[in-house]
Amino acid sequence: MPIANKAMTETDSRDLFPGALEMMILESLRREPAHGYALVQHIQQRSNNLLQVEEGSLYPALQRLLKTKLVKAEWELSSTNRRVRTYQITAAGLRHLEQQISTFERMFEGISLVLNPG
Amino acid sequence: MDWIPQIFRRRKFYEDLSEEIRLHIEERTEQLMCDGMSAEEAMRAARRAFGNRTLLEERSREVWQWPTLESIGADLRFALRQLRRSPGFAVIAVLTLALAIGANAVVFAVLNGLFLRPLNVPHGETLYALQRGNDTYIAQSYPDYLDLRDRNRSFDGLAAYNISQVALDTGNNPASVWGYETSGNYFDELGVRPYLGRFFNASDEHGLNSAPYIVLTYGYWHSYFQDDQGVVGRQVLLNKHPFTILGVAPPDFHGTLLIFSPNFFVPMVNGEQIDGENFLNARGTRWVFEVLGHLKPGVSSAQATADLNSVGSYLEKSYPKDDGKSSFSLVRPGLHGDFFAPAIRAFLAGLMVLAGLILLAACANLGSLFAARAADRRREVALRLALGSTRTRILRQLLTEALLISVAGGAAGLVASVILLRRLNMWQPFPQFPMNIPVSPDANVYLVALLLAIVSGLLFGIVPVRQVFKSNPYEIVKAGSSARIGRRLTVRDLLIVLQIAICAVLVTSSMVAVRGLARSLHANFGFEPQDTLLVDTNLAMAGYPPDKMATMQRQMMDATRAIPGVNSVGLVDTPPLHMGWNLSYVFSDHATDLRTPNALAQAIEYRISPEYLQAAKTALLAGRNFNWHDDENAPRVAVINREFARKIFANRSQAIGEHFKMPDGKLVQVAGIVEDGKYTANLAEDPQPAMFLPIKQFPASETCLVVRSGRDSEQLVAAIRGTLRDLDPGLPAFIQTWNEEMNGALFASRMATVSLGLLGVMGAMLSITGIFGMAAYSVGKRLRELGIRIALGAQRKEVLHAALGRAFKLLAVGSIAGLALGLLATRVLAYIVYQATPRDPLVLAGVVVAMALLGLVATWIPAQRALSVNPLILLRED
Repeated sequence: MPIANKAMTETDSRDLFPGALEMMILESLRREPAHGYALVQHIQQRSNNLLQVEEGSLYPALQRLLKTKLVKAEWELSSTNRRVRTYQITAAGLRHLEQQISTFERMFEGISLVLNPG
Repeated sequence: MDWIPQIFRRRKFYEDLSEEIRLHIEERTEQLMCDGMSAEEAMRAARRAFGNRTLLEERSREVWQWPTLESIGADLRFALRQLRRSPGFAVIAVLTLALAIGANAVVFAVLNGLFLRPLNVPHGETLYALQRGNDTYIAQSYPDYLDLRDRNRSFDGLAAYNISQVALDTGNNPASVWGYETSGNYFDELGVRPYLGRFFNASDEHGLNSAPYIVLTYGYWHSYFQDDQGVVGRQVLLNKHPFTILGVAPPDFHGTLLIFSPNFFVPMVNGEQIDGENFLNARGTRWVFEVLGHLKPGVSSAQATADLNSVGSYLEKSYPKDDGKSSFSLVRPGLHGDFFAPAIRAFLAGLMVLAGLILLAACANLGSLFAARAADRRREVALRLALGSTRTRILRQLLTEALLISVAGGAAGLVASVILLRRLNMWQPFPQFPMNIPVSPDANVYLVALLLAIVSGLLFGIVPVRQVFKSNPYEIVKAGSSARIGRRLTVRDLLIVLQIAICAVLVTSSMVAVRGLARSLHANFGFEPQDTLLVDTNLAMAGYPPDKMATMQRQMMDATRAIPGVNSVGLVDTPPLHMGWNLSYVFSDHATDLRTPNALAQAIEYRISPEYLQAAKTALLAGRNFNWHDDENAPRVAVINREFARKIFANRSQAIGEHFKMPDGKLVQVAGIVEDGKYTANLAEDPQPAMFLPIKQFPASETCLVVRSGRDSEQLVAAIRGTLRDLDPGLPAFIQTWNEEMNGALFASRMATVSLGLLGVMGAMLSITGIFGMAAYSVGKRLRELGIRIALGAQRKEVLHAALGRAFKLLAVGSIAGLALGLLATRVLAYIVYQATPRDPLVLAGVVVAMALLGLVATWIPAQRALSVNPLILLRED
């Protein structure tokens, strides 16, 4: 019981490290503006379905980005004639992404060194 | 600063978000349908892929919120909704707390007004009164005051005041009013500014009767002179002497003694015109009520005390006859130093403890109610945990509910206490004294009430915490909410026992107090107050010179005795059980050094006419009463009481004919012995030596006629007034029954009884709600079990036993514990309440019966519910 219980209370059960989802969203949006559904598709495809992101978890991340003005959103009609809310990366978002990527790369390098010594 | 527009745009954000999510799921569904799923399958799969929509949506929204503030708002709304769903619980909880916090606020406000708040004058915190050594009586003589004022180096200045009663006449309408005789520097030393006109000051004084000026208090000016701005410069007669009105004091200045509120201020140098006697040069007569002043900045009270003591040793050396050992200490003014303060403080501290107990009982009560509620909501809590809510969040929610109730209760209690305090502030319990009870609540009181509310909210809100933390959501959801009837002692049981014990303490102490007062009213006072009027007159007020007073007093007695229906009339300077009394030192007949340390005893002194003993029905035990021949030309005699005889002459048969000496050196012979009585304003007093002296040998200007008559008192009062007016229309008289007069003396024990009684009632109410809550809860919980029992043929008695047995067991345990504690606490009560004895079978029985009755009342409704269980309906339900 304690184990099950623990899992239930683990509310931030993100399977990614903090900020990873935001980084991926920004990177996707850097390539092209997209709405939420398309973003999910994109991330899953690009990762060869290695990252099984819970679709809905995208939205809190998007709201955070919206709030910090790293992306902006607008309602429009998609190419398939659906009403969608399309997100676009802002200049601040681009700067933030660059920073994040370089930080991440350094971190990744460090982790690799630890995991593969020699 | 873009959070401001965000607040307004937020709704739009939220709508966009919901729409977006809806569209997302829709798109996914369509996609899956294109892949060949059925519509229903596709919908379910899309939802699964999306995750917990509600939670994700909420988390998305949270991004836009101030996290804590707004979720607290949400908690508040939720708590309100929860409480609205159980209004009975909410109302009981709020009322319980309102009662408890209100009681605490009232007691604290009184404590605050009398002890914590400095006097309402500029820099009141540096104001100190002088007290002589270990003497609790802080009066000084006028020459000593002058020496202290001029020789100390620690005070900015020392002011003095005395309280006196005069006849104030604005034109043939003498009315008896109370005021201060003050030193000329009084207002300047206090730093009070006039509301109208000017105050007198030191430069107005040029010796005896040189400053016939009067300053009115705002209240008196308002009620007696109808706010007439033209009073300044007008002349009024004080005891037939003309005084000029100089000005009016500000509205919030009520003199320097709390509770008593004077009508006027006159310079002390004119005291002879007020008191009929000049005491300005009498170093041995300590009549100046209080000497007080502001400490100089930077001077500590220890330094000031040392400084005053050096003045004291100067006085000791220079005036060995009048000033014995003269050491000083500093005390807070307001309650006359250690004279009134300790008793009032002890009483208020006791009340504060009891009020605290009430609050504790209320918290225990609410704690058990909350625990019960939390237990009922186990399913809800489990569900929320299962849906991903955190425990902290749930706890915060429970605490929010508790705090909401406690703050609401605190606010309601505060409002009620403010109303009560306002009335207390205006209260005039004694018709003959102007009072001002300075208990209006201030920021301190509000703060304390708020703190108490929050602390108690946390206290009872925390009770169910363990329950929540320990609960396992899966089991609860699986098992449902059916109660497990534990035989184990739970926290809730302990809380109930604690609460009932506290309530039993309160009920016990209130019963002891009420019983004590009831008995004290039937005690032997050494006189009989029934069917007796007291006619209080002061001949000095009507301008009688000392040599004319005795004749006039005799005339008043004779005229009153002639009124039809009057049985007997006597005269006494201050009746026993009056609010003031005269003490005199008594020395042995061969004593030569008449300084106080050599005195045999201090005796209460009464100056009476020969008829007094008969009119008061004070029994003469031995010897003879006075007659009118015991006058200034005859040898001095006294009638003493038994305690006097026992203390000074060891044996009463020997006492008759013996002599003792008064402080002025005059020898007095004992003529008779009367029974002991109650003399001071404290019915709990030990037997005190008292002596009765013939008024012709020991004259007094202020006297009371003791008029004994079987007639209706209202008619008799009118008749006496008429008779006195015929004798002298310029003599104000205050008439009341002796019982009314004694209300003043019994005020303290009455107040004690009333407050303890109220607390007892509160305790009883709390125990009713507590027991009721528990009984109703346990019956509600076990309805099904009871239904089965009834279906299986259980008798009413068995059903009741099953439903309420535990409640009664807890009640019994709590009551016994409380009774024992209460009896211990009663020892403290005996200090305030006359004849409060814990070992009173009536009280014991009373408490047991009261608690049993409370238990019956409180369990009546739940018991009815248990008995009326219809097993069929109940069993069908689940």
